Amino acid sequence: MSEKKTNRRDFLFTATYAVGAVGVGAAVWPMIDQMNPDASVKALASTEVDISTVDPGKTITVLWRGKPVFIRRRTLDEINEAKSVNLKDLKHPEKDEDRAKNPEWLVMLGVCTHLGCVPLDQKGDYNGWFCPCHGSHYDISGRIRKGPAPTNMEVPKYEFVDANTIKIG
Amino acid sequence: MKNFLRLLFLLTLFIGSSFNSYAAEKVEYLKTDWSFKGLFGKFDRGALQRGYQVYTEVCSSCHSMKYLSYRNLAEKGGPEFTEAQAKAIAASFEVKDGPNADGDMFTRPGKLSDKFVMPYENVKAAQAANGGAYPPDMSVLVKARGGGVDYIYSLLQGYEDPPVGVNLDDGVYYNKYMYGNKIKMANQLSDGLVEYADGTSATVEQMSKDVTTFLMWAAEPHLESRHRMGFKAIVYLIILTILVYFSMKRIWSRIETKV
Amino acid sequence: MSEHEYIPKSKVGKWFNDRLPLLTLANHLTDYPTPKNLNYWWTFGGILTFCLITQIVTGLVLAMHYIAHADMAFDSVEHIMRDVNYGWLIRYIHANGASMFFLAVYIHIFRSLFYGSYKSPREIIWIIGIIIYLLMMAAAFMGYVLPWGQMSFWGATVITNLFSAIPLVGEGIVTWLWGGYSVDNPTLTRFFTLHYLIPFLILGLVVLHIWALHVPGNNNPVGIDIKKPSKDTVPFHPYIVIKDGFALLMFMIVFAFFVFYTPNILGHADNYIEADPLVTPAHIVPEWYLLPFYAILRSVPDKLLGVVAMLSAILILAALPWLDTSKIRSAVFRPLYRQFYWILVADVLILGYVGAMPAEGLYLLVARVATAYYFLHFLVVLPILGFKEKTLPVPLSITEPVLGGSPNLAMAKNKESLTNK
Repeated sequence: MSEKKTNRRDFLFTATYAVGAVGVGAAVWPMIDQMNPDASVKALASTEVDISTVDPGKTITVLWRGKPVFIRRRTLDEINEAKSVNLKDLKHPEKDEDRAKNPEWLVMLGVCTHLGCVPLDQKGDYNGWFCPCHGSHYDISGRIRKGPAPTNMEVPKYEFVDANTIKIG
Repeated sequence: MKNFLRLLFLLTLFIGSSFNSYAAEKVEYLKTDWSFKGLFGKFDRGALQRGYQVYTEVCSSCHSMKYLSYRNLAEKGGPEFTEAQAKAIAASFEVKDGPNADGDMFTRPGKLSDKFVMPYENVKAAQAANGGAYPPDMSVLVKARGGGVDYIYSLLQGYEDPPVGVNLDDGVYYNKYMYGNKIKMANQLSDGLVEYADGTSATVEQMSKDVTTFLMWAAEPHLESRHRMGFKAIVYLIILTILVYFSMKRIWSRIETKV
Repeated sequence: MSEHEYIPKSKVGKWFNDRLPLLTLANHLTDYPTPKNLNYWWTFGGILTFCLITQIVTGLVLAMHYIAHADMAFDSVEHIMRDVNYGWLIRYIHANGASMFFLAVYIHIFRSLFYGSYKSPREIIWIIGIIIYLLMMAAAFMGYVLPWGQMSFWGATVITNLFSAIPLVGEGIVTWLWGGYSVDNPTLTRFFTLHYLIPFLILGLVVLHIWALHVPGNNNPVGIDIKKPSKDTVPFHPYIVIKDGFALLMFMIVFAFFVFYTPNILGHADNYIEADPLVTPAHIVPEWYLLPFYAILRSVPDKLLGVVAMLSAILILAALPWLDTSKIRSAVFRPLYRQFYWILVADVLILGYVGAMPAEGLYLLVARVATAYYFLHFLVVLPILGFKEKTLPVPLSITEPVLGGSPNLAMAKNKESLTNK
């Protein structure tokens, strides 16, 4: 067998394998992607919440994308406390101003950033939230202060539609 | 090899044709050229948008489309209204929502994620309002009728005076394409019934074609990507088949038997 | 079967193989000596394996989105078609895949009939095959019920009512099957459960089918035993693998055409209407692959006997190795059988055709004649033919197929596969 012939054969087999592999990949992708959120789930992006009945010092919990969202109307004391914290003391430094656009209202995902449990309101060492699953303590701005959680509780995208309505998402 | 291919082809043909033969009624439907047929078939956006207009202004007072959402109107491969247009369309409908904090149902303007608003609460209400006949949901209507788009297109234009000797009850109409010729829907279309935003002249034929195109999309919203993907898949398979064929020849040439 | 013991080269391989001989199995499968004269009709075994795996994979995916509840099944199917990522593709592959599966299995069965692959020593392979075929029909029927369209509902009603033909206990069995007094939610849920189970039973039987095949080895177009393995056979890999792969790809092109361009042509329009227990569709027809048996059912004017005839039409196949009395396997050397074979093929196609037509007038008459002939073929023609037929001389070996035989006939029938050079 001449050398030229060998090369051509190698090329033919390599090309066949390569093209075949591309096809297998293309065929597998739909089977994987079907588990991603579908079009109807993606469309349920936003929810509107009436906050007119929330008293200062109280938290309401609403459902958004299947997760709880805490909406807390903070008292002046709480706001001052949240603002007075030295950023150096924080595991995940974030200013309270960046977390609550309107300082009276704290809106955040009520999901512990450790492993996803729902923290309890007005519990813990920092007057904020406490996660009963593995003992993470959050302050009144929802920032992680003590325990295994790596980051502060997440603030979703939201806006005030008017004085009494918040649109989340 | 040749015999094999020939037989395979005949078998496929046989299966295909035996299906056509009983799927369709033996009536010659009106023909028109559908842009979505064929290997590269795509919907005519204008027709889809006009068809949606006909549906909303004419059909939707009786026929629901419960599987469609307003967001679909802005999706690729559909009428492709802009997102803003689709939002405005959705907002023009009152959607029932709730219960609210007091446990009451309330209405609000529609959102993109809402399903098309239904004309009746339920099937019974639809029947009561239509002399006992339920106006079928139109989401998959095209696929639910043997003749498909040709059937719907013809039916909309098939109203005639009944032939001599055919007596029709009250609320029953004669349509030459309807199965059994008796239909409980009165003729809905007349020239100039809707005023098309794009200035197209709204003849009965035009409206029938537009609304049928819209129904086809409603039943097969992914038709365009199906055609695109299909073409790529088949071209790919042919290339790989050729490569495998030559690889096979090469491998079998090691022994002196032909494949 | 590899004659000599396989010993892995590496130490780890040997250690593992001594404890679980997976490598021996892999070696057996790659080296498995296959007759070198197999033609393309033999590629359908591989194609069927592909079909089964495709159905299982797409089915698993669909089951992640489907809701087996009478009120939600139809909606969930539409949800799959519209919203689930690639849901339309996966469902169309699954729905058309069922048809492709049957297309392939019919070719596989008729190949076996032509070349006498069911004869000694391959009776067990054949009977396992018939059981697989029965399970396929059950799986396909129950799968067709799941979308809960009009054909689903009325198909389920009609087929389950077949059991009411059984004397005395029939009605009780039907109620038991339904879990109620009509086809309803309990029926749907149990059908879904069984539809999910059966493919795995089939998979197990396929393993047995292949195991049983690997004991005597493949039949071949000439239908004679392997004389000299070194001369008459090739190793399964790469020769048969690549050939099966080539045929599979051609099959996939046909498959793809159905999925992407005419995905609904093999289904029935009425199944896009949600199930309605108050209205029966004008023509109830099963899926095309069940039509011949449906025609047999309808051609008998008695309820019980109709069901008996339909079931026997399938079960009679299991007795085929003993009904066919000829010692010669391949139809290539059986000129008379070959003609009867093609008549049978036509007969089954005719049955399929009249099964799709209304059971009246000429169609009914044709169905009756065709049904009668179907049984005649197996019960009378085949047993007699074995004794009366003058067969052609059979070659001595695969590599010398025409030696002393009748070259013209054999050559014409199997030109590509039999010619040596």
